[in-house]
Amino acid sequence: MALNKMAPRRRSLVSRAALAAASAALLTAAFTSACSSSGSSNPLAENLSGRGPITYVEGKDTTETGVVKQLVERWNAAHADEKVTFKEQSNDASQQYDDLAQHLGAKQPDYDVMALDVPWTAEFAAKGWIQPLKDSFSIDTSTLLSPTVASATYKGTLYAAPRNTNGGLLFYRKDLIQSPPKTWSELLADCNVAKSHAIDCYAGQFKNYEGLTVNAAEVINAYGGTFVGPDGKTPTVNSPQSRAGLQVLVDSFKDGDIPKEATSFTETESQNAFAQGKLLFLRTWPSFYGPANADSAATKGNTGVAPLPGKDGIGASTLGGYNAAISAYSKNKATALDFLRFLISEDAQHIVADGALPSVRASLYDDPALIAKMPYLPALKDSIASAVPRPVTPFYPAVSKAISENAYAALTGSKSVDDAITGMQKGIEAAGS
Amino acid sequence: MSDPSGTTESAAPPAAPEKPARSGRIRLPGSGRAWVFVAPVLLALAVVIGYPVVRAVVMSFQKDSGLDAATGMFVQGGGAGFDNYTHWLLQQCQLPDGSVESCPTGNLGSQFWAAIGITLLFTVVTVLLETALGLGMASVMGKTFRGRAVLRAAVLIPWAIPTAVTARLWEYMFQYDGVVNHLFGTHILWKTDPWPSRFAVIVADVWKTTPFMALLLLAGLQVIPGDVYEAARVDGASAWQRFTRITLPLLKPALLVAVLFRTMDALRLYDLPAIMMQGNPSTRTISMLVVDQVRQGPNSASALSVITFLMIFAVAFLLVKVLGANAVATQEEQRKAH
Repeated sequence: MALNKMAPRRRSLVSRAALAAASAALLTAAFTSACSSSGSSNPLAENLSGRGPITYVEGKDTTETGVVKQLVERWNAAHADEKVTFKEQSNDASQQYDDLAQHLGAKQPDYDVMALDVPWTAEFAAKGWIQPLKDSFSIDTSTLLSPTVASATYKGTLYAAPRNTNGGLLFYRKDLIQSPPKTWSELLADCNVAKSHAIDCYAGQFKNYEGLTVNAAEVINAYGGTFVGPDGKTPTVNSPQSRAGLQVLVDSFKDGDIPKEATSFTETESQNAFAQGKLLFLRTWPSFYGPANADSAATKGNTGVAPLPGKDGIGASTLGGYNAAISAYSKNKATALDFLRFLISEDAQHIVADGALPSVRASLYDDPALIAKMPYLPALKDSIASAVPRPVTPFYPAVSKAISENAYAALTGSKSVDDAITGMQKGIEAAGS
Repeated sequence: MSDPSGTTESAAPPAAPEKPARSGRIRLPGSGRAWVFVAPVLLALAVVIGYPVVRAVVMSFQKDSGLDAATGMFVQGGGAGFDNYTHWLLQQCQLPDGSVESCPTGNLGSQFWAAIGITLLFTVVTVLLETALGLGMASVMGKTFRGRAVLRAAVLIPWAIPTAVTARLWEYMFQYDGVVNHLFGTHILWKTDPWPSRFAVIVADVWKTTPFMALLLLAGLQVIPGDVYEAARVDGASAWQRFTRITLPLLKPALLVAVLFRTMDALRLYDLPAIMMQGNPSTRTISMLVVDQVRQGPNSASALSVITFLMIFAVAFLLVKVLGANAVATQEEQRKAH
């Protein structure tokens, strides 16, 4: 019978399938081996006076005005022998990181200047991948907003030029409240207004991801809490201030001032909820100003913007944005340095601000033409002036996880505030293991 | 693979009793010539699979680079012994002062057993559901009726949709103000609460892969000759008896292949929960843990990959050993009975 003949063939097919599965698993193992690196001579001391064409690397330019294109054109018009080529990465941050880590890990000299998401700066510095901006390589940062400079500094040394920054803002319903709250207690008092209009009071990004790290850090910072010491390693979060900050969020969830579903909110969901008129207050990034006033939004014309609330005054926004750094393996570091100086110049920063990316130069926030285009600029200036960079640590991914996972456990009630803060402290301590 | 039942049937095609050569050509001694032909493939495999695998194993015994307290710069870690393995298996973390304690929440090391549990949960539940549903679908599709071709094509649609698209599709359905909550009038947080989110992933995975299962089983069903059923019916066997005594045993080889394929797939599940639930830790599978860890330390991630490999291999081995032997025995018994 045909079936009997089939049996041995089936079996060998099965064992082959098992082998195939086994090799698939091993390939996963092999994938991780592609990311190692080793070190020998000191590339940080080489090519310091090299001049010539350079490559600038950044994620996909999504600004309407084409900020990077304008910057590169402006530079190239004046530097015929030292032209900049723009290498555009994907618009996914983790893919950008992987791309940079692969090139730098392999000591490739093809990237000269790179845009780094703010929290990557310390790690890249500690790995010796980017040029410290000191001695002959120093740049003048005196005209820049100081929190942006702090975000580019690791262990007291500047490692990158702040390119553009970003800060959280409190969006509120102008039609429902007269003036925005300055403190958390004022905000919570306004929740009565939300109740009387049968909408939810406040939301941010409370899903368990990087956005929660930002939101939790803002409240903890606003109450005076901190995360890591200046060495980038010692945890400092275990304090009454941190507890008080986290407690505000936990209580708001308990009281219903923050809706329960906000634990599933990323930027998209939270902004949709506000634009549909379901929220009185929303903490999000300035780029939401356009969508909140779009024709399709229920909040069109009724959206007000204010700095984030704090304990006794303006709160502490977490800083976003990008820093520009010189690769340790660049051949033309002198040109790269000039390009960094150009990036923080008034001229270049005007292009940045005009593209709706928050500038790192304080003066541009008072430019009437820009304010007319972006009415949120004054509020953003206040927000950024009192902003706190995300924990500057070479172990940022692990530190961020320690913050978001513990905060999430506290918000959803599976851990007490006390345990969550202790957990963050321990998690930060064990980061890097 | 050794033959556990000790029968003369072996997995490899029988080599000894050669048929007489078709023509009078001179032949190299069998094994020697085989090696000549196989060698290039083995060499290629050694380069593309062997080297990275060995390297991953070597890396898993090295420390990830750590910070030099004085300079704040990373330095290479050196040998780690089994530290990377105890980090995962015993959830032990090394503190900066060198002491060892159990990994705190938020550290990936503390999530190892949870990820293993979730992976196994997904595997067992989805494979069981897919097998049961797939069997049902295959029986229906195996019948002759008008529109059978259309039905077969339609059933395949979920399988044809890319996983990433499936994940987004179900993500929208399971949103707080999504279709599912509207349909049932519920207010469940499908994307964040632990059990609802696991349930959602299982639903999406079953929806996506049951057609695959059904198709494999349909192929198995169609090689069962119809006269066997006819004879059983004449002898007065009930529908249930025909199913358990004829369909199941004769379907077993096909069923085993299908179950093994799906089990392997489920054990390395990554894309569906990663896209559908993003960072939700209650649906974090072991593959997702590996990817998270790669960004934090490649050597530790290598150890995790090796553990994952051993786990998948063990499950595959068990399945083949237990079920495979059983399938062959069943065939043998049948042959003896004839």
